[in-house]
Amino acid sequence: MSRSQFAPEARAAVVFVLPALTLITLFFILPVIGGFVLSLTDFDIYSVGNTANTRFVGAENYTQLSSNKVFWQALRNTLYFAFVGCPLTILIALAAALLLNAKVARFKALFRTIYFAPVVTTIVAVAVVWRYLYHPRVGLLNRALSVVGIEAIDWLGDPRWALPAVILMAVWKNFGYSAVIFLAALQNVPEDLYEAARVDGAGPIRQFWSVTLPSLAPTMIFVTIITAIGYVQLFAEVYVMTPDGGPLNSTLSIVMLMYREGFRWWNMGDAAAVAFALFAIVILMSVILMLTRKRWARA
Amino acid sequence: MNRRADGVRVRFHGRKAGRNAECKMQNAKCKKKAARAETLSAFCILHFAFCILVSLTLTTCANAPRDARTTIEFWGLGREGEVVAEMLPEFHKRHPEIRVDIQQIPWTAAHEKLLTAHVGGSFPDLAQMGNTWVPEFETIGALEKLDPWVARSKTVKRDDYFDGIWRTNIVNGTTYGLPWYVDTRVIFYRSDLMAKAGFDHPPRTWSEWTAVMRRMKEVSGRPDFFPILMPTNEWPPPVLLALQAGATLITDDAAAHFSEPKFISAFDYYLSFYRDGLAPVMSNSQIANLYQQFGDGEFAMFITGPWNVGELRRRLPANMQDKWMTMPMPAPDGTAYPGVSLAGGSSLVLSSKSRKKEAAWKFIEFLSEPVQQARFYEKSGDLPARRSAWDMKPLAGDDKIAAFRTQFERTVPTPTIPEWEYIATTIFEHAELAARGQFDARGAASRLDAKVNRILEKRRWILEKQGPKGKDRAIANLSDAGPVPRCHPERSEGSPASGRSASKCGGSFASLRMTEPRQSALDPSHTS
Amino acid sequence: MSPRRLFTSVAVHTALTIGAVLTVIPLLWMLSASLMPQGEATAFPPRLLPSRVTFEHYLDLFNRLRLGRSFLNSTIVAVFSTIFSLLFNTMAGYAFAKLRFRGRDRIFSLLVAALAIPAQVAMLPLFLLLKTMGLVNTYVGAMLPLMATIYGIFLIRQFMVSLPDDLIAAARIDGASEFRIYWSIVLPLARPVLATLAIFTFMSAWNDFIWPLIILTDDDKYTLPVAVANLVGEHALDLELMMASSVITILPVLLLFFFLQKQYIAGLMAGGVKG
Repeated sequence: MSRSQFAPEARAAVVFVLPALTLITLFFILPVIGGFVLSLTDFDIYSVGNTANTRFVGAENYTQLSSNKVFWQALRNTLYFAFVGCPLTILIALAAALLLNAKVARFKALFRTIYFAPVVTTIVAVAVVWRYLYHPRVGLLNRALSVVGIEAIDWLGDPRWALPAVILMAVWKNFGYSAVIFLAALQNVPEDLYEAARVDGAGPIRQFWSVTLPSLAPTMIFVTIITAIGYVQLFAEVYVMTPDGGPLNSTLSIVMLMYREGFRWWNMGDAAAVAFALFAIVILMSVILMLTRKRWARA
Repeated sequence: MNRRADGVRVRFHGRKAGRNAECKMQNAKCKKKAARAETLSAFCILHFAFCILVSLTLTTCANAPRDARTTIEFWGLGREGEVVAEMLPEFHKRHPEIRVDIQQIPWTAAHEKLLTAHVGGSFPDLAQMGNTWVPEFETIGALEKLDPWVARSKTVKRDDYFDGIWRTNIVNGTTYGLPWYVDTRVIFYRSDLMAKAGFDHPPRTWSEWTAVMRRMKEVSGRPDFFPILMPTNEWPPPVLLALQAGATLITDDAAAHFSEPKFISAFDYYLSFYRDGLAPVMSNSQIANLYQQFGDGEFAMFITGPWNVGELRRRLPANMQDKWMTMPMPAPDGTAYPGVSLAGGSSLVLSSKSRKKEAAWKFIEFLSEPVQQARFYEKSGDLPARRSAWDMKPLAGDDKIAAFRTQFERTVPTPTIPEWEYIATTIFEHAELAARGQFDARGAASRLDAKVNRILEKRRWILEKQGPKGKDRAIANLSDAGPVPRCHPERSEGSPASGRSASKCGGSFASLRMTEPRQSALDPSHTS
Repeated sequence: MSPRRLFTSVAVHTALTIGAVLTVIPLLWMLSASLMPQGEATAFPPRLLPSRVTFEHYLDLFNRLRLGRSFLNSTIVAVFSTIFSLLFNTMAGYAFAKLRFRGRDRIFSLLVAALAIPAQVAMLPLFLLLKTMGLVNTYVGAMLPLMATIYGIFLIRQFMVSLPDDLIAAARIDGASEFRIYWSIVLPLARPVLATLAIFTFMSAWNDFIWPLIILTDDDKYTLPVAVANLVGEHALDLELMMASSVITILPVLLLFFFLQKQYIAGLMAGGVKG
């Protein structure tokens, strides 16, 4: 009886859900599965000419990847970018959020808008801007440094500096996002906690360590992992600033490698394997996120 | 760039118009019904969405210019795309019935853009491409066979082209690209330092070359001096020397052939540069300022391409200009001077799917006229592919490029197989490790055999699948294993064009460009 | 104000101001350099402001380099992605939140799990799929990944779950059709989240790079980011020109953000799933 009662509702639901689910299945879920199948084949330029020139190769693409130095370098670069860039972003975001949350602070909305502005900008366009800021001779950065007597650094041309330079830009672009989320979390910290701490004689620094930071921890973990997941997908920045993976492949990222293998050389099988390596990293991070969220929810 | 604003493209495709009308009607019905029933149905909304989708899809097929001229699309890479636009007015004057639409693609993105364009069905009517790319695009069926066009042409005469360069465009016995401008490697050297070492002519043999360098090192008296700069992360030097020695590199049935004595001895000669302290063990990213160091005499020679003639003219002070010169490559022994060098450059290709091949071919012919080739050199610094253009001003009588003219007669293509760029990268990776003493020539050769055979496994499988016929194709394509005969070398040779090599080995000059963005007329990025 | 409080206030505002200056310098410099005459931004000694304001680079971009075409392409892709995303995601999100049907919760939790899959994983096969469908180098191809998104459905569903059930039940008793309920009751109530989803979709469509780079092969179809990346390969020396192209690309989204930042940030808090 309940069935007949829901019948028109269920029929409507199917109509409502169908367009979106069809699109998602056809253009996302299926390609993901297809990508895995692709990663088990040797689909390459010969296959583009004639699909019959494709063979099933099992896990060979993966084993080859694991012996490929360029892949390990891309992985190293990507993780370096994520694990250095992410804490840096979080720290600066936290500082900005604390300042914005200070009782004496005025013009909060204005500052918040300014800090957040880079987040909404187009990566490609700001990467172009930063490419010039980093220019060894005419770049604003080197000119500023020369004022304090630091010699010109070839930011994007020197393998030691290229990736740090990209990190700096990423921090600039992304800290506003975390800052805004931190700010919201800070405003949710109950005032009585501070009150109680003050009664116990805690100064501002003690209050920060024993009240602010613990209340912020869940947000912090969430923001950290979200930022890290975004960072391991690094592509547009390096594509624009260091088109060929940078000096000595020093800015080659996983997604860049996938793009290069897949669309420049049409080694689609290899590229799909690279994509699944990225998949594994992101899944790992998401699992950590979920686990910690659960733990915090219980605590 | 030369694309004009008047190119507002509106033309209704019959099919599209029909569908749109149908959509409109359906929508009207929907609305009427809706008004009557006072309810909009989900179907109406979805149908409307579908109609928008359909019309958006079809708009994309409705891109045709309104005017009566035949519009052909040309993809020019990097600076060349810009220069060719400057040459358009004359072509348009001569052929008012044709309009050339130029799309400029950066070299760094060109390879993938061309590939995806083919896949997406938007390959231009004609395009410029690095001549090492021709085999790949032949494999996917993107290119028109040019032999019939050439046979009919009054302008394009094969015997006026440098043979080694022409043959980079031949895949399985068929021509798929027409050389546009050419590019090879010669030795740039400090003539004053050579004279100081007591030599009045460029070395003609390997042993003479080594002797010159040894002597230079002795007389220089500078601890930081090296006779030659040969960055470890570039594939052209080891490949060049191997080809000069007559090494096969890759056999006709797609097997690696590095462990042969010819390759090993050439590779050992390559390693001797580092072993004997004649070249610094240094990758090109460690070079601070190539031109300044060359001017300061920190090194006396380097192997590079024509774009650096312009760079050196511009960057070295006037009093240095008579102190540097170019020379063709020495040969292993005195019998075949000069030694072969790489047949590089850019080719013009026709799309196999183009419906405007006649018009596109006219433009290719125009660009191939010796006069236009000389003009193109003036504007871009790119060297002409036709001998007759070299007899014209300003090429004739330029002593700094004379060595290139000599060298072009002795160029050979690298193996014309799609995997070549990949293999070239592998070669330099092993050369780099060997130069740093990780293994000797023999060790490098056996490792290369293993690695390159893996890369070529797919090709072998395909050749096998095609049976004996496929093998014949391969034989027609590749070369015999014999030594390179004078002027008609049978096999391959590295072409500096871009691509994978540009992305890796090209780093040196590309990174120099980063430090000093004053781009040269000869965009170095496409010539690694 | 006590001296101590004054000190804190000065310190906080100094820090905030320094942070703000460092944040806006790249953007202001971009704007300033884009208005300088050719070559002035690289001249020595460095200039921060143009000696005379010129719009030549903007004119050049629109007239000679046809960036207007890319602007139009970006607008088409972003606007239509947004419209479709609003339509499809709200319908599905509403169904998942309020309509009872078999397998609803299972499907929804599967979708949420799939949120963790990075989009790049699907790109290669999606390209090959669109190739067989003839959608490479079309606007539709560029919009497909944004038309219906798991994130969009998730955002809408989370919002709509909190809508009162009574309203819907009452409408049903009044004999309203399911579609009518959705269209004239639910959607008006969901306006805030619609605004959020619209801004998010518009911005990600406008700013997206890798997918348009892959799927759009002809410069007549390039969106702004692809066109700008192409320009920088060719006109790397024309700093002022490149800055102008960046301004053209960034300005629309920045303005959009300034006017709608409340909805945008609200959405950030609500979803908080993707940056």
